[in-house]
Amino acid sequence: MDSLLLSRVQFALTASFHFIYPPLSMGLGLLLIIIGVNYLRTRDPKWRQLSFFWVKVYGLVFAVGVATGIVQEFEFGTNWPEYSRFVGNIFGSLLAAEGVFAFFLEGGFLGLMLFGGNRLGPRMWLLAIFMVAFGAHFSALWILMANSWMQTPAGYVVTQTPMGAQAFMTDFGATVFTPSFLPRLWHTWVASWMTGAALMLSVGAWFLLRVKQHAELGKATIRVALPVFVIFSILQVPLFGARQAENVTHNQPVKLAAMEGVWEDTACAPMTVVGWIDEANQTTYGIKIPCLLSFLAYGDINATVQGLHSFPADTWPPLQITFQAYHLMINLGMVFIGIGLLAAFFFFWGRRLWRSTFILWILVLTIFLTEVATIVGWWTAEFGRQPWIVWELLRTVDAGSPVLLGYQVLISNGMFILLYGILFVLFIFLLNEKIQHGPDSLESMEERPVNALPDTFREIFRRQARA
Amino acid sequence: MWLNVVWFALFVIIIAGYLIMDGFDLGVGILHPFLARNDEERRVFLNSIGPVWDGNEVWLVLGGGALFAAFPLVYASLFSGLYIAMMLVLLVLILRTVAIEFRSKRPSPAWRSFWDGVFFAASLGIALLLGVAFGNILDGLPIAADGYIRANLYDLLTPYALLVGVTTIFMLATHGAIYLSMKASGALLDRVKHWVPRLMIAFFALNTVLVGVTALVHETVSDRYWSQPWLVILPGAALLSVIVAWLMVRRQRYFVAFFFSAAMIAGLLISAAVGLYPNLLVSTLNSSYNLTIFNAASQPNTLTVMLIMALIGMPFVLLYTAGVYYIFRGRVQIGPNSY
Ligand code: HDD
Ligand code: HEM
Ligand code: HEM
Repeated sequence: MDSLLLSRVQFALTASFHFIYPPLSMGLGLLLIIIGVNYLRTRDPKWRQLSFFWVKVYGLVFAVGVATGIVQEFEFGTNWPEYSRFVGNIFGSLLAAEGVFAFFLEGGFLGLMLFGGNRLGPRMWLLAIFMVAFGAHFSALWILMANSWMQTPAGYVVTQTPMGAQAFMTDFGATVFTPSFLPRLWHTWVASWMTGAALMLSVGAWFLLRVKQHAELGKATIRVALPVFVIFSILQVPLFGARQAENVTHNQPVKLAAMEGVWEDTACAPMTVVGWIDEANQTTYGIKIPCLLSFLAYGDINATVQGLHSFPADTWPPLQITFQAYHLMINLGMVFIGIGLLAAFFFFWGRRLWRSTFILWILVLTIFLTEVATIVGWWTAEFGRQPWIVWELLRTVDAGSPVLLGYQVLISNGMFILLYGILFVLFIFLLNEKIQHGPDSLESMEERPVNALPDTFREIFRRQARA
Repeated sequence: MWLNVVWFALFVIIIAGYLIMDGFDLGVGILHPFLARNDEERRVFLNSIGPVWDGNEVWLVLGGGALFAAFPLVYASLFSGLYIAMMLVLLVLILRTVAIEFRSKRPSPAWRSFWDGVFFAASLGIALLLGVAFGNILDGLPIAADGYIRANLYDLLTPYALLVGVTTIFMLATHGAIYLSMKASGALLDRVKHWVPRLMIAFFALNTVLVGVTALVHETVSDRYWSQPWLVILPGAALLSVIVAWLMVRRQRYFVAFFFSAAMIAGLLISAAVGLYPNLLVSTLNSSYNLTIFNAASQPNTLTVMLIMALIGMPFVLLYTAGVYYIFRGRVQIGPNSY
């Protein structure tokens, strides 16, 4: 077997699996901050109970995120050494910066977040939670910076060296703020908040449906998560998603052509809602909204969108998967707005939401849909980037390892499939157990009264060991 | 040029940081089936590292990133050349992480003893594999003219590399035991205290053999010390640290002993690194194929940017790491929130 093909499969698999977890870390982090602030404002014990519960869920999510993230860190070297040589000067620095600035922040404060509940007062505990959530967002920032440099490289010069071509940094600011970086960052952050909110909505709805003794906590959870979900689902489409589309139009026009299945240069180009690319006949079938693509890409319904034929065929990405992944994301985006508005409507209509089994069941399912949307979003970005690994500088076929043998990657692929399969099953199993069990009572969680816990830096660093 | 030397030093410091910080986590994992007799005691072991192990592991992630950024050619050659070995490292790293997190999530004894087994095997595996990898780096690797290593897993399991591996296991077990002397209490503490000196003796014996063999077999390393004898102060400092650690263990002053155990780990690593300098990877095929801190490095502007980032970031890291350790100081008590 071809070690390059297998390496691509492996990377796609491990990256996609890793990316199940970070959006939850970021989203739950944000919502845990809101819950913590609610407790400080109202001192209502239900918020404290929810903090204990969701921090435990966070710990589980985080552990799997870390375990799978470490694989990503070393996979560039193991499977893509030619790529690593080429980009080390730039990409490597951004990855290292992620370690120094973000991972230590998360890893350092994680212990305080997980075990701080009955060791720190509520304000200091919230501070620890904030630091972890901040670290998670910061870590996404650096890795997306690195990814954006691969998508839209800038601030470099390519030099021939005895060990092959290498990209050297000429302008640090330009390598950091590449044209696609900010749109990508915001779009991913917002998607992560939606995902975290969706998990809370699902669990909240589940409590209302099935774990009746926690119905009140379920309502509190939904009250926190629903506004976040509704607001960001709505903003995602015209603001953050549209910026991404615009970014691709300007920086990677052939990717846009593949995403939409546009073959010829088209003025007033339509946007497909659902469709199918017929590669043999070079046409795209489907339900189309006239001129919308031109409007999305250029803000002008008469603008011309470049078609695939304007680019050499050997620079086309795989068409079908890019197209389908993109449309699935978009359509799910619309579905989320629908779900959010529906739930909000029933909430405001005399709190009927608490009794509408049907809508609660939809909410239970939302988390799966948001996870799918974030992952197919990445597939759009990464498949659409092919055949380049670094846009217009290095092809994926030239980025692999000259020493890797097919059977070796076959072994590692087998290992990851087995291991990640088991991990995923255990993760779902433990998460499910946690949810069915529901939040513990405060009495069982607290060893000493809240007021007796150190709640300022001075108190922490003056008192005796509390371990 | 000085930037390359600085980055070499920083890289060694990061790896030393990993061995010291995550080293005791691994030691705790290696020791727990032998010293902890029941569920309560196992949980004391787990929770002694519970709040800090994740931050400790980041030193390894940082090591990977720093190698990628500062010496990309080494990052590319080493990890691709040791492919299957690296996959095993990733496997045991993943297993340890999930074992710690999953173990106490369910009350069932079968569930718990399964994850206890995984925790032990993974900790042992990480220590062994890191040692073997390091042994191979000291041994030299078949680096070809194109900078790539063509070797299979079997080639890597030389007796010398295995010796380094076993020594690493005992080094980290000793380090972990000293850490536990500050964390355990009651009967468990007595057992730990009983074992610390024994582990130290075993480690010391193995390490003496290792140093002897290294001096005899590895000319690149021993030549450096012959040509610049004053460098002997480095291994000397490591030896002194062992002795002080021993005395402190005898006096039951475990905090100081832990400090010197850490100094010893750093001392040994630095001694080996100085022996390699300026090489990062020595080629067994032709010394002109060696990857050095000069021919494998990034450009000066990358190294400068990275140095600035390290200077900004690391003080914060040290500050809040110290804060977290301070808050969790003292002996472990199992509470409703513990692992
Ligand atoms: C909840 C998740 C979610 C939702 C509802 C959407 N997206 Fe998205 N999208 C992502 C989650 C995501 C993502 C996973 O976060 C990606 C992958 C790479 C990236 O930057 O964000 C992404 C990528 C991505 C790309 C590719 C960027 C590239 O190739 O570099 C485009 C053009 C869009 N999105 C556009 C949209 C539009 C117009 C949406 C309107 C409905 C939309 N997305 C909804
Ligand atoms: C976490 C979300 C991500 C997902 C789901 C994802 C998904 C994928 C997929 C599906 C491929 C295979 C494309 C193909 O071979 O045709 C791929 C390739 C790749 N991606 Fe990503 N990716 C993600 C993030 C990243 C990031 C953040 C980086 C860099 C920082 C990155 C770097 C790469 C590299 C180096 C390859 C291998 C070469 C290639 O096939 O293009 N990916 N990814
Ligand atoms: C393919 C490239 C990627 C690499 C090399 C990578 C690397 C890593 C590593 C090494 C960790 C563990 C850190 C620790 O020990 O604390 C981790 C966790 C994490 N990664 Fe990734 N990652 C990648 C993709 C992404 C993407 C695309 C995002 C976000 C947009 C992301 C966000 C996070 C976050 C927030 C964590 C913390 C753990 C968690 O939240 O589950 N990563 N990653």
